[in-house]
Amino acid sequence: MSMTLIARQAGDVTILDLSGKITLGEGGVTLRDEVRKLLAKGAKKIVLNLAGVSYIDSSGLGELVSSYTAVKNAGGELKLVNLTSKVRDLLVITKLLTVFDVKDDEAAAVAAFA
Amino acid sequence: MTDSDIKSRQPGTDARPSECQPNHLTLGSELSSVETVETRAEQLAHQAGFDEDTSSQIAMVTREAVINAILHGNKRDPNKKVQIGFALSDDTLSITIADEGLGLDPDSVPDPCAPENILRSSGRGIFLMRAIMDEVHFHQLSPGTEIELIKHRAHKESSA
Repeated sequence: MSMTLIARQAGDVTILDLSGKITLGEGGVTLRDEVRKLLAKGAKKIVLNLAGVSYIDSSGLGELVSSYTAVKNAGGELKLVNLTSKVRDLLVITKLLTVFDVKDDEAAAVAAFA
Repeated sequence: MTDSDIKSRQPGTDARPSECQPNHLTLGSELSSVETVETRAEQLAHQAGFDEDTSSQIAMVTREAVINAILHGNKRDPNKKVQIGFALSDDTLSITIADEGLGLDPDSVPDPCAPENILRSSGRGIFLMRAIMDEVHFHQLSPGTEIELIKHRAHKESSA
């Protein structure tokens, strides 16, 4: 199953609900495109809800990093919530858990924006 | 990486233990073929007795190696093939992925965890292979590169 992505608002915070696989050619480009579209519309506070992400590979990790740097370079903030164990394990192995702002749940992520 | 990790040899010339049950796939240089290898790797990992998470990780790094072979080794050249070998012995699960590219110097791959590289959007595939598998060896072929991914099987206590 490739990745699906649904965007919704919680106040001025945009939440992207991701599900499926974030891999080469299967959603990675979709995520990058969606984040860039949001930035073009002026969104500065973005949460990636990864609860439904069953699988991610190095390309998918790269897409998360690209999204993070794109938001940061635009003066915004990106947070991750609801990491599955598979995603968390890979973020730990690659030390990316030290880069991303990871929150336990959506409410904590939304509240954490300045 | 030590010198012993890199050995020059021809593909298919290494002797495998007789108890192994080798299984080979020859694939074209299209990304659509990746799923086939990944599925086979996960099946074999289950068969070897690895738990679901470990089997999934083994399949994932196998996928990484095949994608590297197609994109960076064969550069999607339709005339070049990727050879996949699976072998299950009493002690190990071994998966080999060989391309027909110009060769790879694994020591030239930057550390993706270094501060200057941590925000790069690529370059984590070989790192993940090394992190998840027990052994990763690079063999220079003529032409190409073979990556050998090895995971040690846990031995169950034999009953007295």
